[in-house]
Amino acid sequence: MSEATDRIVAAVRDLPYARFLGVEVVFSGDEMTAVLPFAEHLIGNPVLPAIHGGVLGAFMEITAIAQLSALQPAERLPRTIDISMEYLRSGRPLTTYARAQVKKVGRRVSNVHVEAWQEQRDAPIAFLRGHFLADPRD
Amino acid sequence: MTDTSDRLVNMAQIMNTGSPQAVALGLRTLEIGPGRVVMTAPYREDLIGNPSTGVIAGGVVTTMLDHASGQAVYAALDSPDAVATLDLRIDYMRRAEPGRDLFVEAHCYRVTHAIAFVRAIAYDADKTDPVATAQSAFMLNSSAGRPAGANLKPPAAQSKSAR
Repeated sequence: MSEATDRIVAAVRDLPYARFLGVEVVFSGDEMTAVLPFAEHLIGNPVLPAIHGGVLGAFMEITAIAQLSALQPAERLPRTIDISMEYLRSGRPLTTYARAQVKKVGRRVSNVHVEAWQEQRDAPIAFLRGHFLADPRD
Repeated sequence: MTDTSDRLVNMAQIMNTGSPQAVALGLRTLEIGPGRVVMTAPYREDLIGNPSTGVIAGGVVTTMLDHASGQAVYAALDSPDAVATLDLRIDYMRRAEPGRDLFVEAHCYRVTHAIAFVRAIAYDADKTDPVATAQSAFMLNSSAGRPAGANLKPPAAQSKSAR
């Protein structure tokens, strides 16, 4: 697993958009956690303040793709077909974490669920469910 | 310009320049009217989501769709009110062309006393050939009396409060 996990950690580190957000991934054995340290530029609502909902969605999408790539190595990154996000609590100016569960790995299409939280693992702030196309040709 | 269009243009300006993430992406409002908005963001290499193709990250499209949809809700309301995304569903039709600016058109087509419903389209050249489409629901009066800076409080005081 360690060769695959090293590859994923490096791929996320080298992804310009992941760097723009500040996303990192860490592995405990084969379990991956994505980490989004708080930064000023992530704020969407400056009054509360709250992290932008789009940023949370983007963070969870990166988490899904990284987890899927760890399970199903391919020449090309999986491509998002559709995602559905649910927001339960506003994202406070704190570090956000996410973990993905790959519910089905298909030859072409995979189904992934992601959960994001901050200080309390049992008080999730957002969910994502999505379908991803493996090794897209175009 | 009518009073309404002045008010909406000012509101869009405040929402874009006051939101650090909107500033970081360079989001601008091109058109705004009652319940409708067109926004744009420039193509940038630091926002690439796939280094082998140079295609901009899906997350940028997601954030634009969320931001423009929220702005369309504001543009549908008679008076300013805090709103928050409840859910957002996005279908990705095709990858964006590397090098092209992105556009999003959002339409808030229904407002009830608690919820606003929005459809949006993301495209890079032609609206009839979309990059992505979105459907979302927003909660109105989402702050429900929470003061400015409410999210800075320790979690114990906040964990049971409504969103």
